[in-house]
Amino acid sequence: MLSTAGCGLSLPEAGYGLEAPVQHHRFSPYTFNGGTVLAIAGEDFCIVASDTRLSEGYSIHSRDSPKCYKLTERTVIGCTGFHGDCLTLTKIIEARLKMYKHSNNKTMTTGAIAAMLSTILYSRRFFPYYVYNIIGGLDEEGKGAVYSFDPVGSYERDNFKAGGSASAMLQPLLDNQIGFKNMQNVEHVPLTLEKALQLVKDVFISAAERDVYTGDALKICIVTKDGIKEQTIQLRKD
Amino acid sequence: MPSTKMAPAPFSLPASPLINMATATSGTTSVRFAHAPPPFRAVCALPLTKMAPRPPHRRHFVGAEFPSPQLPGSKMALASVLRAELAEFSPNFPKNFPKNFPKNFPEDFPDDSEGIPEILRDPPGPPRVLAAPPWGFEAEPEGPGLQILHGTTTLAFKTPHGVTVAVDSRATAGSYIASQSVRKVLPIGGRMLGTMAGGAADCAFWQRLVARQCRVQELRNKEPVSVAAASKLLANLVYQYKGLGLSLGTMLCGWDKRGPGLYYVDSEGQRVAGAAFAVGSGSSYAYGVLDRGLAAAARSEEAACELARRAIAQAAHRDAYSGGCVRVMHVGPEGWREVSHHDIAELQEKYLE
Repeated sequence: MLSTAGCGLSLPEAGYGLEAPVQHHRFSPYTFNGGTVLAIAGEDFCIVASDTRLSEGYSIHSRDSPKCYKLTERTVIGCTGFHGDCLTLTKIIEARLKMYKHSNNKTMTTGAIAAMLSTILYSRRFFPYYVYNIIGGLDEEGKGAVYSFDPVGSYERDNFKAGGSASAMLQPLLDNQIGFKNMQNVEHVPLTLEKALQLVKDVFISAAERDVYTGDALKICIVTKDGIKEQTIQLRKD
Repeated sequence: MPSTKMAPAPFSLPASPLINMATATSGTTSVRFAHAPPPFRAVCALPLTKMAPRPPHRRHFVGAEFPSPQLPGSKMALASVLRAELAEFSPNFPKNFPKNFPKNFPEDFPDDSEGIPEILRDPPGPPRVLAAPPWGFEAEPEGPGLQILHGTTTLAFKTPHGVTVAVDSRATAGSYIASQSVRKVLPIGGRMLGTMAGGAADCAFWQRLVARQCRVQELRNKEPVSVAAASKLLANLVYQYKGLGLSLGTMLCGWDKRGPGLYYVDSEGQRVAGAAFAVGSGSSYAYGVLDRGLAAAARSEEAACELARRAIAQAAHRDAYSGGCVRVMHVGPEGWREVSHHDIAELQEKYLE
């Protein structure tokens, strides 16, 4: 946005006293496009879900911009943050996956993709990709695996993680419902696919109520040993 | 810890062509990197780095590199991690591969860096892949960006049985607790541990690189690398990036032929040996408990581990940015092992009665 400082004659030497303070509007390479991503790992499945709203400031650019990208038959990545960096990062990951496939004649495993993403992100340590990533998929044993990242590549394997603009609202709810944190005398039942799906829908509906950047529609990718299935559910569009 | 001034580096930093910053910036439009980079996960606050003289203009490479003029004293650094796997995909690859590459690769391979094929050698200085945006960058971007406190408490101390290490497990991004289950102790080889404080990605990445270096050294010299050598490798690696905003405060703990070894290395360039350290935002609280019990802890390994656990629990109690669970590890002559893993909430019930 151009500065409109100093409208009218404002030469300092003219001495009119009309000089507005000079504003230096610096170019920022980043912007925040919103969105929320969630991943839950189960015994033999993994769910990666994201909303589909793309916003910038007070505007909505698109209602159909999902943030889950399929990488392999067993791995899905969700990227939120700055949409430009999300696109470039997923392009780089897909290229590296192809390179790996050609050199090693096998598909990259979920853990290997996570480790590779960490080095890709760190290679831009001093000009980071403004992306919050969550990788969800099945590991070599067929169990669900979720890896969450920060923008410069620190990562960790989890059972469930929320990332993006509504992450601070969703994560405590998941801690309570899936991790049974802060609950006493509760039986720790393992999570079934149906319960996980219902939880994901409820949790995103709640997020859409309270976060302006989350809404429009919810896209869910379910990763099982039979492949990746997708579902779309409508959310609040306001 | 009092900050010590680093003596001039004993090795010669490669001389890169220094462009006069005045002329470089006068030609370009004044676009400055104003927007703070995204808050990333950090494990502890370290003293803010002073603004270093801005580094010379570097081109931003993504992907395969063109071979560069080789200067003596090239250092193993990040570029080799990325370039090694991308080398085959470089457009110049078949032409660049040296003609006098030894036919019997393992036997004839000379041991010094000059014998390494050009394609595998690293260019001098911090690798260009980590370069700044073309308009330059600042170690401390303006705005609320990186001034936020992050938190951790890690400690380690030497006993006659080895080195006892204890860490908490909280990682914060601003005031949001990003994770309560971070592993802040990273194995370096089978006989050494490195603790993590500061930026989580920085610690994880550089320690992994040092682990790789240590492994290569072990294979070359046919004996395990010493703690002093590993800490020197790490210190020299991060010193190349001094002033650029890395945040790393790590303790290297191990057992080598000189007995227990403990070094503190940080991104300011400090590398000190010592008998006991606590690092992080909760370190003062941990020192209070640690110093009082050090003499008694030398009695037995269990006493040492209990002292370490108590010190971390105390720090987690008083420091808002430390918490999660306490992990106690021990490094002895036969290697490292995890001693215990307790949730701090349970420990506090036990200690505060």
